[in-house]
Amino acid sequence: MQIYLPIAEMSVNVFWVLGLGAMVGFLSGLFGVGGGFLMTPLLIFIGVPPAVAVGTQANQLVGAGVSGVMYHWRKRNVDVKLGLVMQAGGIVGTVLGVLLFGMLQRLGHIDLVISLSYVIFLGGISGLMLMESVRALFRGRRKGATRGKLHHHTWLHGLPFKMRFPRSRLYISVLLPVGIGFIGGVLVAIMGIGGGFLLVPAMIYILGMPTTLVAGTSLLQIILTTAVAAVLQAATNHTVDILLAMMLLIGGVLGAQLGSRASGYLKGEQARALLALTVLGVAVKLAVDLVLTPDDLYSITTTAGPK
Amino acid sequence: MRARRWGGAMAVLALLAIWTPARAQTLVADLSSHLIAITTGFTGTDVVLFGAIDQPGDVAVVIEGPETSQTVRRKDRMAGIWINNETLKFSHVPGFYGVASNKPLDALLPPAVAQRHEIGLDHVRMLPRADVDAATVAEFRAALIRNKQREGLYGTEVGEVVFLGQRLFRTSISFPANVPIGLYTVSVYLIRDQDVVGAQTTPLAVSKIGFSADIFDFAQHNGLVYGLLGVLLAMGAGWLAGSVFRKG
Repeated sequence: MQIYLPIAEMSVNVFWVLGLGAMVGFLSGLFGVGGGFLMTPLLIFIGVPPAVAVGTQANQLVGAGVSGVMYHWRKRNVDVKLGLVMQAGGIVGTVLGVLLFGMLQRLGHIDLVISLSYVIFLGGISGLMLMESVRALFRGRRKGATRGKLHHHTWLHGLPFKMRFPRSRLYISVLLPVGIGFIGGVLVAIMGIGGGFLLVPAMIYILGMPTTLVAGTSLLQIILTTAVAAVLQAATNHTVDILLAMMLLIGGVLGAQLGSRASGYLKGEQARALLALTVLGVAVKLAVDLVLTPDDLYSITTTAGPK
Repeated sequence: MRARRWGGAMAVLALLAIWTPARAQTLVADLSSHLIAITTGFTGTDVVLFGAIDQPGDVAVVIEGPETSQTVRRKDRMAGIWINNETLKFSHVPGFYGVASNKPLDALLPPAVAQRHEIGLDHVRMLPRADVDAATVAEFRAALIRNKQREGLYGTEVGEVVFLGQRLFRTSISFPANVPIGLYTVSVYLIRDQDVVGAQTTPLAVSKIGFSADIFDFAQHNGLVYGLLGVLLAMGAGWLAGSVFRKG
């Protein structure tokens, strides 16, 4: 069954899009990440204009974030105070990101910047994750790792404006969560991803948060950041396709349920290694496309009149 | 929103009312439909053009979509990766272009005449918006046409006008799902002895109708409200999913 997407201005097969949502949802349930980093490139791959893919994805992530937070909320694994502080930086980052997005779109460099950001962020982080999990897999065979301090003190703990976060048992400078939130906001606006795979390690290693609280708290901050991004993209760039977002959401929610059930059969390190490989695959594909000579060196954009 | 669409329909009717054959009686043609409605189930469509000539000759048909401005960019390799570099803007570019005839175009018309009537892909009007040399313009123009062809918006070959007997002819025009909205003109030319001896223009409207049109209009004119509603909808869907799968 074909359906015409009013904003993307193309006709797609409903079951294809539902299936795409379900597949990415399954992976995100399996690995416990948002899945935006897979969905946005896939949407572009099936012919959705990159700008519409990013805008729509922001809207879709709001829904995915809400059901994710509800799950963690019931387990009391959300630090609301920390999430809201991160959010303050997130909103600033999102606003700047959306403005930057519009500017790059007019200059004709948005596709390049989207691809480059994916290659740099996804490639870098998946490389680190892969090394980490491979090391963990070997260590696991050799026998139990030693337990260190709760967290190490570095220059980051000398920053001013300290604040207490009782839920996470932290006493840190607000600049840290605000800064992390800011980067998350920029990523949402430019790459159409929640940035969970970047925020989660940052919250563990830089803030020193307890790992049980990380997933729920990062999702809370992602809901608000993506909501702001979705509204701004719709208002300024007209790039949110509600019909597409709803179909992805329906597929994604069902897939995520199956995925989180399947995750019981995977060990933590194995899951991380698989996730890292998947992310690395996406990054390598995009990097190759940037370097290979394109089929046509010329591209066109409609700058005035009906699109 | 509804009023605007009705306005479009009225414009078509008005054009229909004032349109008269250039040279009366030499040529009559009409379309099977003057409105292409893009509904939620739209996957592209065909429109049939049929007509009659009252004297011997050949027929060429040109379909032009609404005028747009197009920016053409060329990628160059910088530091190993391909980056958009040189840019040329064209204005008055038809958003859709198709041509059909009963014989090869170069056998029918000399280039100067084809140029005047914009018959054939080589003669589509597009005005470069910068002072650059002819070679560069030709290069970017060819790239523009190539890209439009890849999008399915410019015909890759000349369509076929079929004569049924001596006087009656017909041809079929295909529109893909991504056809731009707006007012189209379909021009039919009667050609004899390497010249255009009769012409007729008939309008065709491409318009979004129904649910998808309402969404599009709303998103364009009330972006902020649309964005807020979209977020609320997504939150509602997420909440619903979170509640339904509570036990899981």
